[in-house]
Amino acid sequence: MTAPHIVGSSVPRKEGWDKVTGAARYVDDMVLPGMLYGATVRSTIARGKIGKISFDPGITWSEFVVVSSKDIPGKNCIALILDDQPCLASEAVNHPEEPILLLAHPDRHKLRKAVESVAIDYDPLPSIHSIEESEEQSTIIWGGDNILKSYLVEKGDVDSVWKEAAHIVEGEYFTGAQEQLYIENNGVIAAYDPEHGVTVWGSLQCPYYVHKALMALCGLPENKVRVVQMETGGAFGGKEEYPSMIAGHAALLALKSGRPVKIIYDRMEDMVATTKRHPSRTRHRTAVDRDGKILGGEINFTIDGGAYATLSSVVLSRGTIHAGGPYHWPCVRIRTKAVATNTPPHGAFRGFGAPQSLFAMERHMNRIAHVVGISPVEVRRRNFLKPGQTTTTQQVIREEINLHHLLDRALELSDYAAKKKRFAEENKIGARKKGIGIAAFLHGAGFTGSGERYLNSLVGVEALADGTVRVLVSSAEFGQGTNTVLCQFAAEALALPYRNVVIAQPDTTVVPNSGPTVASRTAMIVGKLVQSAAQGIKQTLTKTGLLADGYTLEQFRAACAQYIAAHETLKSYARYEAPANVYWDDEKYRGEAYAAFAWAVYVAGVTVDLTTYAVTVDDFVALQEVGNVINPVLAEGQITGGVAQAIGFALYEKVLWQNGRMLNNQMTNYIMPGSLDLPPIRVFFQELGNVHGAHGAKGIGELPMDGPAPAIVSAVEDAIGVSFHSIPLQPEDLFEALHHESVGQAVSPSTRGRA
Amino acid sequence: MNPSKETAAKCEVSFTVNGEKKKVLAHPMERLLDVLRNELKLTGTKEGCGEGECGSCSILLDGMLVNSCLVPVAQASGASMITIEGIPAHDLLKSLQEAFLECGGAQCGICTPGMILAAVHLLEKTPDPALADIREGLAGNLCRCTGYMQIFEAVSKAAPRRAAK
Amino acid sequence: MRADPSDYKLVSPGTLKGVLSLLSSEPSQWLPIAGGTDVMVLYSAGKLLNHNLINIWNIPELRQIEVFPDSIRIGAACTYTALREHGTVSKEFPLLATAASWTGGIANQNRGTLGGNIANASPAADSLPALLVYDAEITLISARGERRMAYRNFHAGYKKIALAPDELIQSISLPRRFSGFFSHARKVGARNAQAISKVCLAALGQCASGAIRDVRLALGSVAPVPLRLHETERVLTGQKIEASLIDAAGKCVVKEIRPIDDIRSTARYRAAVAGNLVTEFLEKLAAAGSRA
Repeated sequence: MTAPHIVGSSVPRKEGWDKVTGAARYVDDMVLPGMLYGATVRSTIARGKIGKISFDPGITWSEFVVVSSKDIPGKNCIALILDDQPCLASEAVNHPEEPILLLAHPDRHKLRKAVESVAIDYDPLPSIHSIEESEEQSTIIWGGDNILKSYLVEKGDVDSVWKEAAHIVEGEYFTGAQEQLYIENNGVIAAYDPEHGVTVWGSLQCPYYVHKALMALCGLPENKVRVVQMETGGAFGGKEEYPSMIAGHAALLALKSGRPVKIIYDRMEDMVATTKRHPSRTRHRTAVDRDGKILGGEINFTIDGGAYATLSSVVLSRGTIHAGGPYHWPCVRIRTKAVATNTPPHGAFRGFGAPQSLFAMERHMNRIAHVVGISPVEVRRRNFLKPGQTTTTQQVIREEINLHHLLDRALELSDYAAKKKRFAEENKIGARKKGIGIAAFLHGAGFTGSGERYLNSLVGVEALADGTVRVLVSSAEFGQGTNTVLCQFAAEALALPYRNVVIAQPDTTVVPNSGPTVASRTAMIVGKLVQSAAQGIKQTLTKTGLLADGYTLEQFRAACAQYIAAHETLKSYARYEAPANVYWDDEKYRGEAYAAFAWAVYVAGVTVDLTTYAVTVDDFVALQEVGNVINPVLAEGQITGGVAQAIGFALYEKVLWQNGRMLNNQMTNYIMPGSLDLPPIRVFFQELGNVHGAHGAKGIGELPMDGPAPAIVSAVEDAIGVSFHSIPLQPEDLFEALHHESVGQAVSPSTRGRA
Repeated sequence: MNPSKETAAKCEVSFTVNGEKKKVLAHPMERLLDVLRNELKLTGTKEGCGEGECGSCSILLDGMLVNSCLVPVAQASGASMITIEGIPAHDLLKSLQEAFLECGGAQCGICTPGMILAAVHLLEKTPDPALADIREGLAGNLCRCTGYMQIFEAVSKAAPRRAAK
Repeated sequence: MRADPSDYKLVSPGTLKGVLSLLSSEPSQWLPIAGGTDVMVLYSAGKLLNHNLINIWNIPELRQIEVFPDSIRIGAACTYTALREHGTVSKEFPLLATAASWTGGIANQNRGTLGGNIANASPAADSLPALLVYDAEITLISARGERRMAYRNFHAGYKKIALAPDELIQSISLPRRFSGFFSHARKVGARNAQAISKVCLAALGQCASGAIRDVRLALGSVAPVPLRLHETERVLTGQKIEASLIDAAGKCVVKEIRPIDDIRSTARYRAAVAGNLVTEFLEKLAAAGSRA
């Protein structure tokens, strides 16, 4: 029969051979006959009315297809949640680089000059470019008050704790925008013919999001829109909602011209025009007792959503639910809002609000520790959630998570105590100061609350006549291992060799809607449905007497051949069923927010070079409890990659804004870490299982984004005794703090390590 | 190539790619990357940035690792080039592909062709690289997915001789 | 990719004579392109104003490194890789070999050239401070003949070089008299490779009887041109290295430089780090001297 335990072993990446031989087909590798190339004419101002549009006579415009909002057959919007974002601006623009017109031409080289030859007159309006400006409400750019969304979470009686508090600790924390920087830029090809409707091939995460958006934009029914995901070169959330925009643009050009149209952004356009991580500001006010135990507090969390609502409400939701960290809050009031500014809308990026609010929580725990006079380790021990306790949304922790044990293990793996001692000695001399810092955190997997119920995911598994099993899902592979893991589940469920299972390219005419590939839900939730659907195949064959228990591969093949000869196809579907005890109140924002939390403790070791004020991460320990490791090599790769991105978030990646427009929109000036910048990232797992996940899996893709930044900033504090509360933390910031003492706050209990 | 003044016309450029002689008609300032992808349909070489920062477009040109997005095709006249598609013919290079697969060196795969070419170049110069050599050899190739660790492992695994500790 | 290739000419005379002849008959019309690591980036961004390019990548006379008893002559089209791999360059001119190893990754080092770095004249160029401390001489060539000048006079201002409209940089010569010097280079960028420098130091020092006999300091990214710190060198020459001198030198550095705020960093940061890099060098020079 087959080798046991395909799940849990590092089977090779299903599409891996194509990737290492250069055979994998990304959208720009595809060319269709008669294809045109498309480009976008974008706003050069942050906010204003669109006036006259002139086309310079130096261009032979008859060679070009020109599309404006007037050419939109359906609704001029990118259908998502509130549908407030236009596909093409018609009367007014609300952010720099907002799309206004589309051009297409057979020669892609002719497009740039044509774009530059369209002159648009604007009547500028006042624009706002920060959370504070938005809150002032002197200029209203969205709704009645610039507030895209707000939440209020209340637990217990917060107002009563202040008088009992031994200390009231306040803090304000900031995180900046971050560019996803997938190495493959956004791109699509769209084609239209009256029989099939619109077809789009693209670099994307969520084929059915694009499908829904195109139906609304083009005024077409479900069966006249087809979306196919091509091999996708990185996404990280940056291709969750944005592809609906670029797909809409290509579709409009295809509709107007009757020819296929390819739009591929270059790096400069992708960086300046597409979504980024929401910048955030968190304010904590916490009542603690003499021992540093949290009695209660208030958390105000605000994110900058940019000019349109897009996904801000959902990012805000996750940020809200994670704002309290892995700690027990007897009572709390969490007030959160997403505000509008005149910048391209911010969007999904790995972590999706949690890296922002968790950064604040972890930094704030260190502040509490300092005020109370205990160590960062001890303050966490005294506040960790325990099984049976409730989270800030009053979800009962049902699993046997032991955060003390996790912390102990992380401290041991990182040699924390010995290093702290050694650094204290070594830091007495020289310009290079070493420090070590920790972060403890959690990440809920799957859609929040009733979200999974709403998604109502459907998964298919098919058996072909030759016995090949084919997984049918809309879940996209973009490096994180979807193809591999889902095939592992199917193979294990059917007791077949891994190589006998394949996965269909996500094509909305072929695969059912298994939901978007986001929220670290694929292994856990979609995987479980793949298992069920696979089992359904077996049941069908055994029920019809074609297969007996303990079958061999050859017997399976024969059974499939027979069944298909009689019935033409052999397919089995499984639909999501919400677990019985997962109850969520959308109005009070209370209850079981997620079916499962993954937990982690990370430890960062840094060197601060006082000659250059640069921070280098020397060592990194990432210990996480992930339910069950489905594929060790892939799981480790996800953690390592996420930690690397988070190191970028903490130290390297800064978006420079000028009137709402990204100034440093080139890889030479937006700096992500390279091979010489990252420490050895040491990954360790703990496995508690998960009743709600396939083979006990919990989501792991986003978790590693949450912890590194606060761990690093804490390590810097340990090294030089200056506490920073804003990221990215760059050498220039360290320099200013050390030489001005107004930016950072000196909180070190001792004077060691000061420059 | 004509020695005197050209109009902005296309010209014939000959070179060898993956062991095969090729002749293209292109504007001299066409990027080698675009000629490989669009004229020769060798789409394994990728564009990530167009500014020579990410290394996704790396190929071997006369045995040297170069960023093909920064080479005008006219300068490739008479050159011998290897792209990711040319690799199966080479022993060392196949072992790199296998090592990448085994160690998880490729996730989304878009940086992978350039990364493997850079690794080929490194291993040809330094058959027994230490970790520091690997880091330096790949410093011009950005990967957003892996955090590099499993790429280093893969290169180490594929190296013909293990580095002295 | 924002340029239309059909809008650009690239001619390839194939010989030095052919190149010079064209530059002479049509001065200021033709932009030389060697490895393209600067020109092609501008081109790709749609910002290359000159539409006529002349290929100098394939001119053998420009790619040689010649070693003479008293000097070494480096052809302008020598790549960073060629510099790194050349025995005499790496042994006797480590500041230049080190700067070459900092410029981009391996792929860019295989194509970027010393002449290109000079002609592009970015104040952030990694190799240029090394050329200043090594007393480089630059040879320019045209159909009219050869012209040599001290490299230190080549940069007149921000991106203004003393190159006539019909001239090409032919070579850089370095006198072979620095083997006995203590050398130190450090680059500060946003990451450890593939980074344009925020501050960059090339330094040479020689001590005798505990005092500084000869000290040479040059910085990149702190002025419109790569800067030799003559004032600071004056303060240091002939003095014993002790804490008060190091302090005075650091302060002098900050006074001598003219850094700016730009997309990469701030003037204040650059000034502070420039001072720190020089004081770090002096501490190392003192330690090396005391071991001699």
